[in-house]
Amino acid sequence: MSDQQTITIEVDGKKLEATPGQMLIEVTDAAGITVPRFCYHKKLSVAANCRMCLVEVENAPKPLPACATPVADGMKAWTCSPLARQAQKGTMEFLLINHPLDCPICDQGGECELQDVAMGFGGGLSRFVEGKRAVKSEDIGPLIATDMTRCIHCTRCVRFGDEIAGVREMGATGRGEHMKIGVYVEHAVASELSGNIIDLCPVGALTSKPFRYQARAWELTTHDSIAAHDGVGSNIHVHVRNHQVMRVVPKDNEAVNETWLSDRDRFSYQALYSEDRLEKPLMRKNGGLAPVEWQEALLEAATVLKGADADRLGALASPSATLEELHLLRRLLAGLGSNNMDTRLGQGDFRSADPAVPWLGQKFAEVENNQAVLLIGSWLRKDQPLLNHRVRKAALAGGKVMAINPLDYDFNFTLDSKVVCAPSAMAQALAGVAAALGADTCGLPAEAVSQQKAMAANLKNAEQGLVLLGSVAQSHPDFCLLRRLAANIAEAAGVSLGFVGDGANSTGAAMLAARAETGLSVEGMLEQGLDACLLLNVEPEYDSAHPQAMNALLGKAKVVALVTHLSPWLEAQADIVLPIAAFLETAGSLVNIQGDIQSFNGTARPVGEARPAWKVLRVLGNLADIEGFDYESVTDVLDEVMKVLTDVHPDNQMPQADAPEARLADSDLQRIGGTPLYHTDMLVRRAQALQHTPDAWKACLLVNPELAQALGLEDGDSVVLRQDSGELTLPLGVDERVPGNCVWMPTGVPGSELLGKGFGAVSLEKA
Amino acid sequence: MSLRCEPWARTDKREDKENLFSPEIRAEIDQWVAKYPDEWKQSAVMAALRIVQDDNGGYLTEELMDRVADYLDMPRIAVYEVATFYSMYELSEVGQHKICVCTNVSCMICGSENIVEHLEKRLGIKLGETTEDGKFTLKEVECLGACGGAPMFQIGKQYYENLTPELVDSILDSLEQDNGE
Amino acid sequence: MANEVCLRTLHLDRPWLLSSYESEGGYEALRKILTEKISQETIIETVKTSGLRGRGGAGFPTGLKWSFINRSAPGEKYIVCNSDEGEPGTFKDRDILRYNPHALIEGMIIAGYAIGGTAGYNYIRGEFWEPYERFEAALQEARDAGLLGENILGSGFSFDIHAHLGGGAYVCGEETALLESIEGKKGQPRFKPPFPAMFGLYGRPTIINNTESLASIPDIIRQGGEWFRDLGVENSGGSKLFSISGNINNPGVFEIPMGTPFSELLEMAGGMKDGYKLKAVIPGGSSAPVIPGEQMMELTMDYDSIAKAGSMLGSGAVIIIDDRQCMVKLLDRISYFYYEESCGQCTPCREGTGWMHRVIHRIENGQGRPEDMDLLDDVTQRIMGRTICALGDAAAMPVAAFIKHYREEFQYHIDHKKCMVGGR
Ligand SMILES: Cc1cc2nc3c(=O)[nH]c(=O)nc-3n(C[C@H](O)[C@H](O)[C@H](O)COP(=O)(O)O)c2cc1C
Ligand code: SF4
Ligand code: FES
Repeated sequence: MSDQQTITIEVDGKKLEATPGQMLIEVTDAAGITVPRFCYHKKLSVAANCRMCLVEVENAPKPLPACATPVADGMKAWTCSPLARQAQKGTMEFLLINHPLDCPICDQGGECELQDVAMGFGGGLSRFVEGKRAVKSEDIGPLIATDMTRCIHCTRCVRFGDEIAGVREMGATGRGEHMKIGVYVEHAVASELSGNIIDLCPVGALTSKPFRYQARAWELTTHDSIAAHDGVGSNIHVHVRNHQVMRVVPKDNEAVNETWLSDRDRFSYQALYSEDRLEKPLMRKNGGLAPVEWQEALLEAATVLKGADADRLGALASPSATLEELHLLRRLLAGLGSNNMDTRLGQGDFRSADPAVPWLGQKFAEVENNQAVLLIGSWLRKDQPLLNHRVRKAALAGGKVMAINPLDYDFNFTLDSKVVCAPSAMAQALAGVAAALGADTCGLPAEAVSQQKAMAANLKNAEQGLVLLGSVAQSHPDFCLLRRLAANIAEAAGVSLGFVGDGANSTGAAMLAARAETGLSVEGMLEQGLDACLLLNVEPEYDSAHPQAMNALLGKAKVVALVTHLSPWLEAQADIVLPIAAFLETAGSLVNIQGDIQSFNGTARPVGEARPAWKVLRVLGNLADIEGFDYESVTDVLDEVMKVLTDVHPDNQMPQADAPEARLADSDLQRIGGTPLYHTDMLVRRAQALQHTPDAWKACLLVNPELAQALGLEDGDSVVLRQDSGELTLPLGVDERVPGNCVWMPTGVPGSELLGKGFGAVSLEKA
Repeated sequence: MSLRCEPWARTDKREDKENLFSPEIRAEIDQWVAKYPDEWKQSAVMAALRIVQDDNGGYLTEELMDRVADYLDMPRIAVYEVATFYSMYELSEVGQHKICVCTNVSCMICGSENIVEHLEKRLGIKLGETTEDGKFTLKEVECLGACGGAPMFQIGKQYYENLTPELVDSILDSLEQDNGE
Repeated sequence: MANEVCLRTLHLDRPWLLSSYESEGGYEALRKILTEKISQETIIETVKTSGLRGRGGAGFPTGLKWSFINRSAPGEKYIVCNSDEGEPGTFKDRDILRYNPHALIEGMIIAGYAIGGTAGYNYIRGEFWEPYERFEAALQEARDAGLLGENILGSGFSFDIHAHLGGGAYVCGEETALLESIEGKKGQPRFKPPFPAMFGLYGRPTIINNTESLASIPDIIRQGGEWFRDLGVENSGGSKLFSISGNINNPGVFEIPMGTPFSELLEMAGGMKDGYKLKAVIPGGSSAPVIPGEQMMELTMDYDSIAKAGSMLGSGAVIIIDDRQCMVKLLDRISYFYYEESCGQCTPCREGTGWMHRVIHRIENGQGRPEDMDLLDDVTQRIMGRTICALGDAAAMPVAAFIKHYREEFQYHIDHKKCMVGGR
C-alpha cells in the first residue's frame, strides 16, 4: 500500500497505530503483544493454515486468524479473551493429537515453538485415544534431518523453497490427514540456503543433521558473531557447549542477512573439529615436521623472518583474516623492513592499479531496487548466496538481471538475457555492450549485436542499476581489462559499479592497504621470488589463482605458516607451522562488501594449543624487537586500526590508466576455472556435511556434449587434462552448461594444485 | 508479500520438449494449454496428467510426472502434489478396467454394500485390489453425482446406474469379452 | 408448474442442441442485451430483483455478488462456473450440462457482459466425462453460430468460455479451491478476505457461480426479474432443481417452485418404496443437518422454512432416509467422506475430521465409550467456524445434528455394542 496514512486500532484495550493493508499480527508483533502462531512468518507469504493465531474481533461472528485479518480503522480485537483462548486451545489440542510425545529425544526439545505454545495453551491429558499418525521420513541430504511424524503442516518450509530459495523442492503431497511434507522422490535438496528451513520449522520435523543428538538446547550458551565465508558478513548466533561450537544459526539483521543464513555460513563450523586440525606447533626437523613447544617455534619463526633479506621477505594473508590480524601482520613486516604483503591470492591480473577500496558499490538493501543488474563472471547465487537473494528480489520485482559468464551458471530467478562464452571471448562480449552505449571499448573492435544492445538499453533505461564483477571475473587473466570495460559500461549507463571480492574481509584488507606503503603484490612476489614467506590462514595450493607458480615460489622460500589446519602441502613445504584459532574461536573485525565494520568476540576455546593469530603476531613482533607491539587486548589493536582507517571509505574509483591488452588467447581448448562454493577457504573445504551436498564438487572434468562427441569421449571416461607442466586424470562429465571448446576444471579443489591458472589453454585426451 | 498468485517458478526450463511425448499427446496437451493465459501453462497440468495416464494404461509413473513437469515448465514437486491430491490419478498399476463403486450415503441407502459384495465375490478381490489377470481393479469412490441412479459405479468414462447383481454380471461379462484393443 | 427455467427444454428431442434451445427462446436474452445495448447496471438490477440466490449451497444473492466487482477496473475479469457437483446427494448440475448446456453458456456470457468480463471457465468435475463432452460440443455450436468468442453477434463484445476438468476432489467445489485447481495447483482453499471479486482466478477479479445459478440467468433476463421472483416465495425467488434420492420409487431431478411443500416433492418422486417408511431427511446435501421425517413433512422447500427447522437448503439435494437405516452407520459413512476429502491444509479440519470419524467408527463397531458423545459434541464445536473454508463446518454439522436427533441410537450402540435398527 503506497498511501502511508495511519489508522488506529485497539488490541486488548491498547490503542495501536497501524497502516492500512497490514495484517493484525504485524501490528501486535510490533507492539510486543504475543499471539501464538505456527504458520505465519514475517518473511513468507501468509498461509493462515495452522489456525493458532485465532483472536476475537469485534463484530466478527467467529474468531479470526490474526495473520490473515487486515486491520481496519477503529477495529477492536482481543488476543486472550475467553473466545480467543478457547479457539487457541482447540487448535492446540488438534495439533497435538497426532504429534508424537517424544520431546525427550527430540532435538527441538527446549526450543520448540509447539512445546512452548503447548505449555500455555495445551490441555492436560489427551482425549485422543486412537493410534497416532506415523510418517516415513525421507533423506533430504546431509544437512537436514527429517522426522516427519512431528510435522505440523505449517508449510513454512514449502513456502520458503518457492519464495526465498527460488527452488521448489519441498512440497505437500497427498491430502487431508495423509498430507505429507517432503520431496516425494527422495533426493538431497540442492539449495545454498536450505538450512534456513531448520530455523523455520517450528517443531522438530526438520533439524540440523550435523547437530543431531549432539546437545540439548538448554545446555548451550549463545554468543554473537559474524560469519566469515563471504562478503556479506552475516550476523550469527553461535551455540556453544563446554567451549565447543555445537551449532550456528542466523541472527536477525535486516541491513545484512535479514533473517537468513547461507548453508556455508551455517555448517562450516564443523571444520573446527576436523581430523587435520592443527593442535600443536610444528617445525621441520630431519626433513619432516615435528611437534614442538610454542616457545621454540616462535623463536625460530622470529629468527627466520629477521634473517631474511627484507626485499625478499613477504606475507600472504587470507582475504578473510580480520582487520586486527592484517594490521599486525603488516606492522610486523614493516618492522622487518618489508612492505610485501597481499591478500589478493585469487586475483588473476594486476597489470593496472586496483580501485582504491573495491566494494559492492551499493548497500545490500539498495540492491533490491535495481532495475537492471549486469553480472560479469559471477555465479552470484553460489558465491554470495544472500547477496544473490537481494538481486533475486530485484528480479522478482521486475528488475532485469543479465549475465556475461564463461559458464551457463544456474540462478534461482530467470535471467533477462545472458552471454555464455569461452573465457577468452568475455572481453569482446563486454566491449559489445560498451560499444552499444557509446563507451570506450579499450581498443577492442566492437560491434554490438542485438543482445548486447538490449543489455545496454536495460542498463541505460534503469533509474538505478548495477554492473557487478564476480569472483570468476576477478580470477580471470584479463581481469584488469574486464574491469575497465565494466567501469566504462557503468559510467556510460549511469549505474553503479561493484565488486564482490573473495573472502569475508576483502574490503577491509583493501582499506588497510590504502593506508600502507606499497610493496610487492602477489604477482610481484611470484615474479621476483621470496626468501622467506609468512602465510596467514592461507592454503596456497588452493587459494592461489596460479597454484603452479605459487608452488614454485614457496618451494624455494622458507615458509612460516599461521594456519588452523594441516594440509599435505604444508607437510611438504612449510618450515614452521603455528596453529591459530579459527574464526569462531577468536575476536576481531571484518568489513563486509557494503562497508560495515563488524566486530565480534571469540565464542569457543581454540582447539588444542592453538592461539589467536593476533596474539601470535604480537609475540612475533616482540621477539623481532619491533616497537609498540605491546597490545593488551584485541581492542587495543582495533583502536589503532580505526585510527589508521580514519577517512578511508569504500571507493571503486579507478585510476584512469590505459587498459591492458587481452592476454588470454583463443585456443583449441580452454580451461574454465572459478572456485566452487564449498572450496572457497580452508575451513569450508573441511566441513564434512557440506562436502556431501549436491553442490560439492563432483571431481570430474566437464565439457559440453558436442565437444565430448567431437573428441570421441563419453560421460564417465577417464581423461587426462594437461596444462602447462601439470596434468591430472579424472573422469569426464558431460554438461550442457559448458560452452564449446572449454573444459570446466575449478580452482580450489583437489587436483587443481597440479595445474596452472584457472583460465588458459589446456589439452584433453582419453587416459 | 502476503498475497501471491503466480505460476510456480522454475528457472531451469527445459528447451527440447519434442522428445517428451508423442506428437499426438503433445497436440492434445497443447489444446488444453491454449485455454489458459500464456504465462499460466501450468493450468493444463491436470489435463496433461490425465492424458498421459490414459495413454499409459491408467496410471502415472514418476517418469511421466517428471515429463509433464518439464513439458509445462513446472517444478516437479508441484506436479507430484497435484497427482497425489486428486483421487482420479493412479500412482500404481491398475487393471484394464477400473471399477469405481460409489458407497456414499445415497448409494449406501440403496444397497451399494450388496453391489460391492457381489463384485468382490465375482472378481475374487477386495476393494482396492486388482484381479490377477490384470483385467479389473476395484476402487471405492465418493459420491459421483448420480445418486438418482443409486447404486452406481463408473468404469472408464462411463456411468452405470441402478445396479443390481444381475446387471453387474452382464456389464462385467461384456467387458470380459472385449479383449482390450 | 415445473421445469420452467433450467429444465425448460427437457421435453424436447435432443434438448441439448442449439436448435432445440433456440426453439424455446434460447439466446433471446443475449441478443436483446447486445442489440439493445442494455446496461450492465440494468442486468445486475434485474438479477437482484429476481431474488436468485446461489444454488451451489451457500444461497448468497447472485445479483449482490455481481455488484461487488469493480467493473471498470482495467485488465482481465473472469466468470467461473462451478460444475463440480461434489456434495453427496447432489446430481442436478449434471443434468443441466447434459440436457441444457446452452442455458449455462448463455448465462455465463450474460454474466461476463454484466461484470465486464473477458473470459469464462467452467470447472466440471473430472468424472463427468459425458456431460463434459456435451458441454464442449455446445461451446463449439455457440462459437460457430457467432454467439461466443470474438465480437459476439457483431456487437463488439468478445467473450470466450473454456471447460476445465477436475480430478476427483470434493473440496474443489469450494470456490477458492476451485480457482487454485484451475491454476494448476492442489485444490486448497484460500483464506478470505480477499474475496474472489477482488482477487480471484490468476489474481484477477472473478465471479464464481454454480451451474444452476448461471443457467437460470437467461430466463431471468428474458422474462424479467419479477417473473422469476414470483415463481417462488419470499426470500426464495424462482424455481429450483431438487435432486432427490434414497429408497423412493422415482428418484431424480425435479424443478419445482421454491416453497413447494416437501410432501409434494416426495410424491412427485414417487413416494417411499414398498415396505419403507420415511425416517429422516437430509434436505440439502450430506453436510446439511438431518431433519426427522415427521418434522420434514411439515416443511416447504425454501431457504427460510428449512433454516427454521435448523438445517439448510444447501444444494437442494434431498436424501431420503428410510426406517431400515441405522443412523450411526450413516453418520459413520458421512464422517468418513469429510475425513477423506479434507484438503489437509488447516489444522482443525485435517485433524478434527479424522478424529470425529474414528470416534463414530468405533461406536458403530461396538467399541464406543460412554464419554464419546460429549467428546463428539465438543470436537464439532472446535471445528466449526475455525477453518479456512466451510468444509470444516460441512463435516461438523451433520455430526452435531445426527447426535441431537438420534442420540438414543448412538447410546444404544455404545451400551449394547450393536444396532437398534434391524437387530444387527
Ligand atoms: C467444501 C465445499 C464444497 C462445495 N462444493 C460445491 C459444489 O460442488 N458445487 C457448487 O456449486 N458449489 C459448491 N460449494 C459452494 C461454493 O463454494 C460457492 O459458494 C458456490 O459455487 C457459489 O456459487 P453460487 O453463489 O451460485 O451458489 C462448496 C462449498 C464448500 C465449502
Ligand atoms: S516440516 Fe516443519 S516447517 Fe515444514 S510443514 Fe512441517 S512443521 Fe512446518
Ligand atoms: S499463524 Fe495465523 S493461521 Fe497460522
